[in-house]
Amino acid sequence: MEQLAWLIPVLPLAGFLLSLFLGKGTPKNILGSIASLMILVPFILTVSIFIPFANSVDQEPIRMVFFEWMHIGSLSINYSIQLDQLSLMMMLVITGVGFLIHVYSVGYMHDDENFHKFFAYLNLFVFFMLVLVMGSNYILLFVGWEGVGLCSYLLIGFWYKNPEYNKAANKAFIMNRIGDLGLLLGVFLLYLRFSTFEFNRIAFEAMQIDPGDPLLRNATLLLFIGAIGKSAQLPLFTWLPDAMAGPTPVSALIHAATMVTAGIYLIIRSNVLFTLAPFTQEIIMIVGLVTAIFAATIGLKQNDIKKVLAYSTVSQLGYMFFALGLGAYTAAYFHLFTHAFFKALLFLGSGSVIHAMGGEQDIRKMGGLKKYMPVTHLTFAIGTFAIAGIPPLAGFFSKDQILASAFAHNPIFWVLGLGGALLTAFYMFRLFYLTFYGSFRGTHEQEHHLHESPKTMTIPLIVLAVCSVFAGFVNVPEVLGGNHWLDRFFADILAGSTFILEGQEHAHLSHTLEYILMAVSVVAVLSVIFYARIRYNKNGHVPAADGESIPAWQKLLVDKYRIDELYDAIVVRPVIAASTWIQKIFETNFFDRIVNGVGQVVILSSRTARFLQTGNVGFYVFAMAIGILAILAANLFLN
Amino acid sequence: MQTPDTFTLPLTGMITVALLAFPFISGLLCLFMPKQAKQVALASTLIQAVITAYAIYLFDINYRTGFLANMQGIVEMPWITQLGVKFFVGLDGISMLMVILTNFLLPLIVLSTWKREFKQSSLFYFLMLFMQSALVGVFISLDAFLYYIFWELALIPIYFIVLIWGGENRVRITFKFFIYTLSGSLLMLAAIIWLYFQAGSFSIGDLYNLRLDPSSQRFIFWAFFAAYAIKIPLLPFHSWQPDTYTTAPNAGAMLLSGIMLKMGIYSILRWILPITPHAVVAYADVAIIMAIAGVVYASWIAIGQKDFKRMIAWSSIAHVGLITAGVFTLTQVGFQGALVQMIAHGVNVIGLFFVAEIFLNRLNTTQMENLGGIRQLAPVFASTFMIITFASAALPLTNSFVGEFLLLNALYETSYWYAAIGGLTVILGAVYMLRAYKTTMLGDVQQVAGFADLSLSEKMVLFPVVALIVVLGVYPQFIFNLTDESVKFLLFQIDQHLATTL
Repeated sequence: MEQLAWLIPVLPLAGFLLSLFLGKGTPKNILGSIASLMILVPFILTVSIFIPFANSVDQEPIRMVFFEWMHIGSLSINYSIQLDQLSLMMMLVITGVGFLIHVYSVGYMHDDENFHKFFAYLNLFVFFMLVLVMGSNYILLFVGWEGVGLCSYLLIGFWYKNPEYNKAANKAFIMNRIGDLGLLLGVFLLYLRFSTFEFNRIAFEAMQIDPGDPLLRNATLLLFIGAIGKSAQLPLFTWLPDAMAGPTPVSALIHAATMVTAGIYLIIRSNVLFTLAPFTQEIIMIVGLVTAIFAATIGLKQNDIKKVLAYSTVSQLGYMFFALGLGAYTAAYFHLFTHAFFKALLFLGSGSVIHAMGGEQDIRKMGGLKKYMPVTHLTFAIGTFAIAGIPPLAGFFSKDQILASAFAHNPIFWVLGLGGALLTAFYMFRLFYLTFYGSFRGTHEQEHHLHESPKTMTIPLIVLAVCSVFAGFVNVPEVLGGNHWLDRFFADILAGSTFILEGQEHAHLSHTLEYILMAVSVVAVLSVIFYARIRYNKNGHVPAADGESIPAWQKLLVDKYRIDELYDAIVVRPVIAASTWIQKIFETNFFDRIVNGVGQVVILSSRTARFLQTGNVGFYVFAMAIGILAILAANLFLN
Repeated sequence: MQTPDTFTLPLTGMITVALLAFPFISGLLCLFMPKQAKQVALASTLIQAVITAYAIYLFDINYRTGFLANMQGIVEMPWITQLGVKFFVGLDGISMLMVILTNFLLPLIVLSTWKREFKQSSLFYFLMLFMQSALVGVFISLDAFLYYIFWELALIPIYFIVLIWGGENRVRITFKFFIYTLSGSLLMLAAIIWLYFQAGSFSIGDLYNLRLDPSSQRFIFWAFFAAYAIKIPLLPFHSWQPDTYTTAPNAGAMLLSGIMLKMGIYSILRWILPITPHAVVAYADVAIIMAIAGVVYASWIAIGQKDFKRMIAWSSIAHVGLITAGVFTLTQVGFQGALVQMIAHGVNVIGLFFVAEIFLNRLNTTQMENLGGIRQLAPVFASTFMIITFASAALPLTNSFVGEFLLLNALYETSYWYAAIGGLTVILGAVYMLRAYKTTMLGDVQQVAGFADLSLSEKMVLFPVVALIVVLGVYPQFIFNLTDESVKFLLFQIDQHLATTL
């Protein structure tokens, strides 16, 4: 099966071309089936390659070189793939969740006139995402990295008649590009030191370097800037909430489950470098933790169902970076893995709700949807419990592992991390109760229209709900009778980092302490849920309408701390204003004047100014030039 | 591109001369067949492309004459014996690449005018083909005087094309353009004559063997560099460019930006670096700083442009700035990056100016705010334009990513800051290109009702552009293979010169 690995990215690419080629004329079911099949087959292939890895501990990574991309002197870049535990785990998520979202989209996008384009872009996205995780070097990673950015742009602006959506698409691409420049410079720095772009050779040679080396510090900081852009961390996070302009399946696949986790992948892939750069680790930890809490506070006061989920994504990604900064790479991946399921589930659930509500996204106008949409309600409930971290659902295990690492580092981090988790539990249950419980607050027309979504939409919801229940079992800690399967599975990937950290003090938590921490966090989360239930279900509290006056701190949260306005005022508008301004000052007043001044002097002194008006001076010069040429030509023949 | 063990016909001088003379001769034919001038011009450029393809087929990348690496198809005969001027031409990898650029893009440029009826069209097409010959001449000349003549000859047709068929203020603008470029050229002429007195010959081999003292090298360097900095153009010699590109008919702008400005970059590689390496080493930083300042400055101005053509003009200054900076890194990667990026820029800028031509044809304006909403009326056009947009923004797997990546990588080795500041093009390029695309193509239809999708002749321009974008982006290696020997020779020549003098 390994020999067919090249098909894994190629099939989605073929699907992209095929969808565009078939175009509008083809029946939608056929288009949707083809596109879904182009993801399903790679999923099956991935599973078949994955099985031997899962069964044996020391499976060597598979490397294949296909052909040369750029080869100049000692610089050599190939189209080559590397399949190991990390890339295979990523590929499972991408193709698995990707396939479910394709199936869901067949129902969700059924009435869209550009159905074929939607599936073309979705296939293209999967292609680039697979390139990102399968490539064996930083340049192929960068190809995927920018490629998914392109697809994100295309899909955010999918309904391009709306100027706001187009703005959001541009914003996403450009903000990502800021990060991309950082990533590119980081890769150049690595190349300068190691003369290669290959992951395995860089990791191998980096092992010779002492921790704290300034070159590695700078390189990892630059790579992290890339991760900040792509994974929507502070300060480059504002594109992600705006990205919700895209169709909801896109939000689920690209802006929750896969693309935004590329930054996490990048860092785990480069874990040796980051482990050798403790300063960068500190920065990552702080950025992650601050983002986790900051985004969660915004989530408390949002009323757009997708915006709440978007800020929740930013916040959960913050948790993953927090874990990375702590050096808990497996914990970060584990959370990425469980998050992919429950966040995709929540987004698709919200899509189902929006579908039923005829496009309405404001949770203040929903309520009581439980009785109209039983499947959506049940699966959404599972997703909500999973993200809140209620055992034994997936989110509990992954969040618990991060919090345990945080406590081992410093109990204060544990407190802060738990604080963020409580905020998460609150805004998610606020959303959940406002949407599904109480009485319906929308229009009569909407109420009449309420219905459960079709099978193509509910079946993916059910599958994802099942995954959200069981995904946590891949890494059950010993205290709960598990065997840390994922930790052992990733041992090879992280061998370098483990080796570097060997001999360093490991604050190990006692089992008793672990039980206590778990109990405290579960009880705290349950109390928050209980509070949310009283407030939004029992008392039927509905968030204030847009015009209503509210306390200043609440207004600040509703306005998302006015970060967008701030960036607009200090970056966007000055850049655009300066563009006109530079042109006026330098071009008109400076360069043009000098040139024209010189020209004037020349003209006056040669007294040919009168030709200027007619433009004849050029002709004279040409007559001269042609004369010279004629003489030269004559000379040739005379010789 | 033959391997040495297979026996084939060599690339003979006949073919080199054909490449040089054929466009001019068929240009004359245009003058005599005014009704069919357009058809004659298209047929001529297509035949020329076939001749070029044949030359590529015969070109042997491993061939060694001992003269300027793999120089082949050489013709050397006396011309003005009293002055020692020779008709001396030949092709090495770099020249071949530039000839490929010229001859493969010209058919697209001619096709881009298919829908337009020029007054005195026979003259127009004659000038275009005349220009093609002159450009080929610049790229294959191995005699400095001959080179200079072609350099000046290339200016004549484009001057008239802009003057006669240009837009607003064309008289004033072409005058400025002409004076500007001519003054640069005169400095170069003075330098060439001075070199002649030192070497006793205009022949490139003799000039390469000159070992000038560093202070004379500096004068020669600046004299040449002024001509090239104006042609490219680099900051602060750029002020003729935006006006000229904007007022020029689109085909003229394509010639100027797609091919003609590459004369400057090519000439740095061919004439400045090997002859005055000491001065190059001394002033490399100055040149790089000029170039990179231009990248940021021009990108920034491009953001605020309201006219689509003017935006392309500014973006072009930014792109060629980065190419020039890469050349002055004096590294193999920098040279190869510059070469591949010259091709990529040529392809993309022709695509962009053709988009401008389509706007102008349909709506008689290139003011972006008067457009908008075109995507829903012309989906094929929208898709091709989008691909060109992202190629200009150097998305990976498009042609200009390869160049931009290599150039920035080479700059990084020279100085971290060069790459970091030059790298701002990654961000700014996305800003102005996406703004332009959004303003012209997206949103709802306002003032563009009835905008027709691409016609057959338009597809025949844009589809090859898109194909070249993808092919060069995915597999640029054949370009590196073609120019590998010449680039290595160039580095060798520079190193040897630096080692043997002083």
